[in-house]
Amino acid sequence: METQTQDKLAEKFQAKIDADIKIEPNDWMPDTYRKTLIRQISQHAHSEIVGMLPEGNWITRAPSLRRKAVLLAKVQDEAGHGLYLYSATETLGVSREDTIDDLHSGKVKYSSIFNYPTLTWADIGAIGWLVDGAAIMNQVALCRTSYGPYARAMVKICKEESFHQRQGYEIMTTLMNGTEAQREMAQDAMNRFWWPALMMFGPSDAESKHTEQSMRWRIKRHTNDELRQSFVDASVPQAELIGLKIPDPNLVWNEARGHYDFGAIDWEEFWQVVGGNGPCNKERIEARVKAKEEGEWVREAAMAYAKKHKS
Amino acid sequence: MEHTYKFLLRIGDDSLILGQRLAELCGHGPILEEDIALTNISLDLIGQATNIYTYAAQLEGKGRDADALAFLRLEHQYLNAILVEQPNGNFADTLVRQFFFDVYRKLLFEHLLTSSDAQIAAIAEKSLKETRYHLKHSSEWVIRLGDGTELSKERAQFAILDLWRYTDELFYMDETEIQLANAGVIPNLKDLKPLWMEHVLSILNIATLKLPENQGFFGAGRQGRHSEYMGFLLAQLQYMQRVYPNMQW
Repeated sequence: METQTQDKLAEKFQAKIDADIKIEPNDWMPDTYRKTLIRQISQHAHSEIVGMLPEGNWITRAPSLRRKAVLLAKVQDEAGHGLYLYSATETLGVSREDTIDDLHSGKVKYSSIFNYPTLTWADIGAIGWLVDGAAIMNQVALCRTSYGPYARAMVKICKEESFHQRQGYEIMTTLMNGTEAQREMAQDAMNRFWWPALMMFGPSDAESKHTEQSMRWRIKRHTNDELRQSFVDASVPQAELIGLKIPDPNLVWNEARGHYDFGAIDWEEFWQVVGGNGPCNKERIEARVKAKEEGEWVREAAMAYAKKHKS
Repeated sequence: MEHTYKFLLRIGDDSLILGQRLAELCGHGPILEEDIALTNISLDLIGQATNIYTYAAQLEGKGRDADALAFLRLEHQYLNAILVEQPNGNFADTLVRQFFFDVYRKLLFEHLLTSSDAQIAAIAEKSLKETRYHLKHSSEWVIRLGDGTELSKERAQFAILDLWRYTDELFYMDETEIQLANAGVIPNLKDLKPLWMEHVLSILNIATLKLPENQGFFGAGRQGRHSEYMGFLLAQLQYMQRVYPNMQW
């Protein structure tokens, strides 16, 4: 009897998805759908928050008042995105506190790109242009994802991300129009960030364990490889326009496919970094844990004050 | 003109240096909401510094721009108060520093609204809106920390004792401020001090915190003599402009 009811509910649920009707927090949903969303949205939230660190690293050294202000505003936007996304996970029944604890314990991952160091000012340009550019490819598709709160958060996030992407490209353009030292700095950043940016789309479709189910639930609307191809196709002409070389000897336009062909991704590096052995994994998590631990007395003070003055 | 220029550097440097200090905290706040708030205040201060330096550079008339003033002076040419260059310390140190500063800046900008210099009045009007928010934020935290837990009260009280000695310098006047006050460009800063004290005490009373009874004042930042912290702050601030001189960014 109960199985029958469950089956009915599941059927109704899938019919809604197929009709592109959004699933809302109080609607019935399969447990695995809920879990998949919690995993994906919290990973996304953590990526925003951990992503503040490599860029925040250059705020105090930004080369002009304007660049300092823009970078501050950008990193502040990322914090805001983290906030919406933690709120979206709360609609699925998990607290922000628990979600953050999962990040600190290593149970839930964040985007591996943020485990690479920012070594020069040009890295801020490369991150804005390539990393935010890659993120947008994913996120534009997520504006139509099946879970309502996630889709709506994504609409606002996408608007800001596309501004970030433009400011990153503008930094790179300025550098490429500058001196020899500035052009070298830009190319060096390109060389270091290109491949990790391609890895941001995740394992190839054949290897991706979540893709098929997520596509059926319309949590994901495109596969990893489709998105990666769109990113390459969009980025190559942008690089060429300002004179940056793509660090891939196998990159070539394929007339028949109407896409660029590109070289093989070093998946060994990807899995190493995902597994905790990237250049900055340890520093990133330590910084987040430290902020939480050092802030504990502040949060306690706020709670104590609120309790005293409740009435 | 020379006096106005110097006064603008004094208040512009306050904005820049405090903005720079707060920027260090981006990504490291005790809760996400505070990360956003402190970054936002930093952003406002950098914006104020930009407006103030732009006008200062114009008055100076030597072809320098706001960036040249912000990034390419020597340490003794920065005229900020010593208070704003103090390290962030713990959250109580950061917020008490901000609170002392915000009360002063709100009063200053309110009085600059009627400046005989229209450009200064315009800068004050824009900055005052932001400063009111900053003050509301820092006051609320001083109250919460003071009237929160035993530990937060102890830390807030310690921050007050520690930073108090730097507050009198905010009202420093030499020939520059005296001349400008006489010309109606700025208020008499000495008249702001009792108003500042009254406001500070009203919040500290609610927060159940105390001011030190007897403590001397210190500070020569307005004359360009800084604390040992300043050189390190400038090393980061000026890094790109010093390593890669004469380039566009």
